[in-house]
Amino acid sequence: MIAPHGGRLVERTAPGEQRERLAKEAPRLPQVPLSQRELADLEMIGCGAMSPLEGFLGEADYRSVVDSMRLANGLPWSIPVVLSAKDEAQGRLGAGDRVALVDDQARTLAVMDITERYQVDHDYEAQMVLRTADEAHPGVQYLRSISNTYLGGPVHLIRRVEHRDFLRYRLEPKETRVLFAARGWSRVAAFQTRNPIHRAHEYLQKCALELADGLLIHPLVGETKADDIPAQVRMRCYEELIAAYYPRDRVVLSVFPAAMRYAGPREAIFHALIRKNYGCTHFIVGRDHAGVGRYYGSYDAHAIFGEFSPEEIGITPLFFDHAFYCARCGNMATAKTCPHGEEDHVVFSGTRVREMLAAGELPPPEFTRPEVARILVEAARR
Amino acid sequence: MPRGSSEAVTLKIPRPLYERLRQMIEGTGFRSVTEFATYVLRDLASRPGGQGARPRARRERGEAPLTPAELAAVRERLRRLGYL
Repeated sequence: MIAPHGGRLVERTAPGEQRERLAKEAPRLPQVPLSQRELADLEMIGCGAMSPLEGFLGEADYRSVVDSMRLANGLPWSIPVVLSAKDEAQGRLGAGDRVALVDDQARTLAVMDITERYQVDHDYEAQMVLRTADEAHPGVQYLRSISNTYLGGPVHLIRRVEHRDFLRYRLEPKETRVLFAARGWSRVAAFQTRNPIHRAHEYLQKCALELADGLLIHPLVGETKADDIPAQVRMRCYEELIAAYYPRDRVVLSVFPAAMRYAGPREAIFHALIRKNYGCTHFIVGRDHAGVGRYYGSYDAHAIFGEFSPEEIGITPLFFDHAFYCARCGNMATAKTCPHGEEDHVVFSGTRVREMLAAGELPPPEFTRPEVARILVEAARR
Repeated sequence: MPRGSSEAVTLKIPRPLYERLRQMIEGTGFRSVTEFATYVLRDLASRPGGQGARPRARRERGEAPLTPAELAAVRERLRRLGYL
């Protein structure tokens, strides 16, 4: 089994007696309400998905991650995982203070021991992490919405983050690791997505599965921008597709609780490292991974892996070019495997697909499986 | 006199351990400590060479550092969800 990032799977859920003690103490502590992104991060830190992180980043780690895509100890880590102060009083908290991290219902989920408070420059963070400070970028908009005072320190979870959806698909890293071992899989390819699945995605997944023992389809169900297809719709597509076209004993469908950062190449590294923690050995990186608009080159998310040695990343990226159906080849292909021109390729832009779906028109089966297209058309009508 | 294989016997464990196990099974689907202990012990006994008794060996291989009880709880959840 592949080792977690940093060598051990972090577990930040407080054990029995400590949990009871912290739960009693929590009502007397200052409360820090979490944003949707911070809530997802907390959940993932708690279960080890973000190993080796044990809490929200302190200043040395933050600056190192922003500047060099590494934690202060040199371990690759490409995205700042941070907690912002929510008001002036929280902006005065500092080392030695203990706070309760609460959800939108004021339920205490965790206690955090603050080790430091620090100020950041959001323009700089945006330029370094998102490669832009353009206000139209959703990641920049998020940074503009939060305080530039961050609080760092380890967390102790005393209560699970409550979910009402996808309950049967929520697996923690320790669970996927046991599952893969039980199925006898030593090579597991992970597929991250926030989009509905078309034939091109299916092609990448099945190419990866030809090389691996098993496939983890791991759709992101945390916060996304408003015009992304809702996770409920995407999951229905996956269920239909797997039932009709995938070997059930070689595929695991489970949800990935993270929020989208839209950080393109840096998020590709982040997504890969986290899937290593889930026990995956390979990670599919397609065209414009975690991208948005025209902020990133189509294959920037491939190139960024070259900034690290394969040993320090640990999980093996599987790079794929843009895939399409070629009418002359009579199969799915990419520019690497098909010699024919664009006139033979069945390709639609995202905008064109949205127009078709809104008009109740099914995309051709060479582009989208009919089972998936019907779900998308139905969703577009609502 | 030989007894039937389905007949239960009593195992004695320290009360603090019992209380700890009772806390551990909250929310896992196990209805009692007896049911949990039976599951864990059966799982351990079914493995060749008693692998489940050696969590350190699993850790050395980079596998999940779970105790046998934790491992049993994870497997039970995976079964209930239809993954195993």
